[in-house]
Amino acid sequence: MSLSGLTTAGLRSLAGGRSVPPAAIWVPALLVGAALTLPLVYLVVRTFDAGGDVWALLFRKSVAAPLGRTVLLVVTVTAASVVLAVPLAWLTTRTDLPIRRVWVVLSALPLVIPSYVAGFIVVAALGPKGMLQGALEGPFGIDRLPDIHGYAGALLTLTFLSFPYVVLTVRAAMLRIDPAMEESSRGLGRGNWTTFFFVTLPLLRPGIAAGGLLVALYTLSDFGAVSLLGYETFTAAIFVEYGLVDRALGAGLSLALVVLALAIIGLELVSRGRARYYSISSSATRPPSTVRLGRWRWPALAFCFVVAAVSLAGPMSILGYWVARGISAGQPLNLVWEAMGNSVYIAALAATAAVVAALPVAALSVRYPGILSGVLERLSYVGFALPGIAIALALVFFGTRYAPILYQTTGMLILAYIVLFLSPALGAVRTSLLQISPRIEEAARGLGNTQLRAFSSVTLPVARPGILAGWALVFLLVMKELPATLILSPIGFNTLATSIWSAATEAAFARAALPALLLIAASAVPLAFLMLRERR
Amino acid sequence: MGASARSGMRYWGVLVFALVAVLLSACGGSDSGAGSLTVYSGRSDTLVAPLIKQFAESTGIDVRVKYASTPQLAATLLEEGGNTPADIFFAQDPGGLGAVSALLAPLSEGVLQRVPQWAVSPSGVWVGVSGRARTVVYNTENLTPADLPKDLTGFADAKWKGRIGWAPTNASFQTMISGMRSIWGEEKTLQWLKDIKANDPKVYPKNTPIVAAAAAGEIDVGLVNHYYLHRFLAEEGDSFGARNYHPPAGGPGAIVMVSGVGILSASDKKENAQTFVDFLLSEESQRYFVEKTFEYPLAVGIPVAEGVTPLSEVNNPNISSAALSDLDGTQKLLREAGVLP
Repeated sequence: MSLSGLTTAGLRSLAGGRSVPPAAIWVPALLVGAALTLPLVYLVVRTFDAGGDVWALLFRKSVAAPLGRTVLLVVTVTAASVVLAVPLAWLTTRTDLPIRRVWVVLSALPLVIPSYVAGFIVVAALGPKGMLQGALEGPFGIDRLPDIHGYAGALLTLTFLSFPYVVLTVRAAMLRIDPAMEESSRGLGRGNWTTFFFVTLPLLRPGIAAGGLLVALYTLSDFGAVSLLGYETFTAAIFVEYGLVDRALGAGLSLALVVLALAIIGLELVSRGRARYYSISSSATRPPSTVRLGRWRWPALAFCFVVAAVSLAGPMSILGYWVARGISAGQPLNLVWEAMGNSVYIAALAATAAVVAALPVAALSVRYPGILSGVLERLSYVGFALPGIAIALALVFFGTRYAPILYQTTGMLILAYIVLFLSPALGAVRTSLLQISPRIEEAARGLGNTQLRAFSSVTLPVARPGILAGWALVFLLVMKELPATLILSPIGFNTLATSIWSAATEAAFARAALPALLLIAASAVPLAFLMLRERR
Repeated sequence: MGASARSGMRYWGVLVFALVAVLLSACGGSDSGAGSLTVYSGRSDTLVAPLIKQFAESTGIDVRVKYASTPQLAATLLEEGGNTPADIFFAQDPGGLGAVSALLAPLSEGVLQRVPQWAVSPSGVWVGVSGRARTVVYNTENLTPADLPKDLTGFADAKWKGRIGWAPTNASFQTMISGMRSIWGEEKTLQWLKDIKANDPKVYPKNTPIVAAAAAGEIDVGLVNHYYLHRFLAEEGDSFGARNYHPPAGGPGAIVMVSGVGILSASDKKENAQTFVDFLLSEESQRYFVEKTFEYPLAVGIPVAEGVTPLSEVNNPNISSAALSDLDGTQKLLREAGVLP
């Protein structure tokens, strides 16, 4: 759409017929939107360039099977993640759980384990002849375990990789709940459990939906885990086509994936409903009271412990074992400090850029909901659901043709990360903005501030937990992103993820395990800092 | 109120600063000095970075390498077209080179004649650098070579049900099927694919996990390239529970494929590119491939690495690279057999 065509009236109708958003919001929001449409334009061009052949291949029966598998996996991984994450988020924000802050950090960290590493680990540990079978063979004479390849392995791996999405978004939401609502419930004679289910949980709905949406779309777009575990999803089929250098069919299937993603996004929108999640009282920033766990402390600790053991301690020990085995076999271990510096640098830059890009879109979506904000939000989720290779090739297409000076520069890579990972940032920022009453901003404006100034000086500081959570999410995602990094990074720019990939393709597990451990460690430091900085 | 306003402004300040930093770093475009060379390498840096470093040191040419998988780089090259920054495409397999052959410049006769005729591009735009044999990797606890069939037809037998591992999406596997079509014809190849599929083979994404699974006894045999085993042996020692078997009757199971290199037509550094191709075919490089990647030399007669079956004992059917790079026909057949989606 052309900028000149946007009159005040047009803007007002795009913004839902209410007040007109200030230019400081809609101009950057439109720029972000333009970047987000690049992959779609590219996919349409590629698909239709090829002529009728693609349609014949797209609408054959064999596409139905991966589609069914994908839907099954997406639904079950999302449900399992919510079941794991909501108790974790509640325990780590609202209770006197021992070493609470340790659990805060541990419950977010599994997100940084790349799925292609996790897939390797799951097969090595739980495969029919894996480490677990080796341990059981002696005492129990178990010769072979049931095969982990396929659905069970994919469900297990993706759930334990992606539940932290829900932990992060629900924690951000939980920290912003006005405790007065729960106190009223208790004051009216409801118990802790009833209050949780009938007051707290409904208030968390946007947080759960935002995290659940990320889990669903992440599962949709994952290639590493499903390929190593031999579960042929839709995205696996797309990578197969690109692996065969069949760009037309890869693009066609990617477009079909966009439709699937839009359906999932539609479900999340329906779940948001028309409810309001902010409180109109003035006590919104008061810290909530802490629930005393008492005897429940022990099962709660056991739960946290098991989740951390399965999602973190187990994979880390196996990586450590591979490093040690490589060392004892005399394998040279090149320390990858340069790659580590590059990874942290690019991830921090991209996370900041993504949060900056998310703010105007989130502000538009929360304060001026309308067609424009709806389209932008959906576009951002489409970027997250598309396989990295499709986004990367789209930027190759546009970069080499229209912006050769940007091609294979850090700027281009950052742009790819924004397109891929805007939605996690947006989800987190939006959820926290939702809980701030517009009346606070109105009050600030009544005191003589401009709208933008009211937003930046009143709303933003209060939305900080969401902004930090969004930053942390994008940081982690960029640390482990592979397909777009390989194709778009400046030449000679090695990251930890590309080092892992390089070593793993050549079966050098010891050399792959070391950068994998470093990747987890490097991500743990800033993430721990961010998680610990948040208010109690 | 005043304090929070200030902190809000500070927030914006930091964010705007970061954005400007991003934009500025974006402007740090690439410089193109006379003494440079840009390589797209489908072979991983674990494998070839030391060799490329040797080249850069001995020639003084500033070599910049982009590493990614061969098909991804081929797709990237196709999108870039004439705007590519690449001078050289160094690919893992002939399929990847075949996909971009329209973008490659013809090589000189002198270069093409340094390797056997089956190891060069049909149109003379790429040349094989190192050889890699297809092989059968087997679990040494459950099987001896005597239990294994003389050629791949034997695996169609029902006694192999549930014991075979393969990677139908893998480029090397597909190259083998291309060779199979050339040797056996379409019909027999299709039948063999259907027979193997009826034997319920385990599907893997690539060669490495097949070799690991064969050693662990998860499968008894796997269809792979020969050198992965030697990398496992280097990391895990001789107790590793799998070995290679080269079908003595030859045929498609003993095809030797190449990794190869081509020069992009769009390159404005063809002289440096030519120097690089010559270097890859030199004795120094060929020795490197033998010793470090356990592959077969193509341009000079030097012995293979210890433990690797000599090429003279691999019954290579010497299929022309033209036949091996017809990926389109192979993929159609694989879809028809229901092996690919």
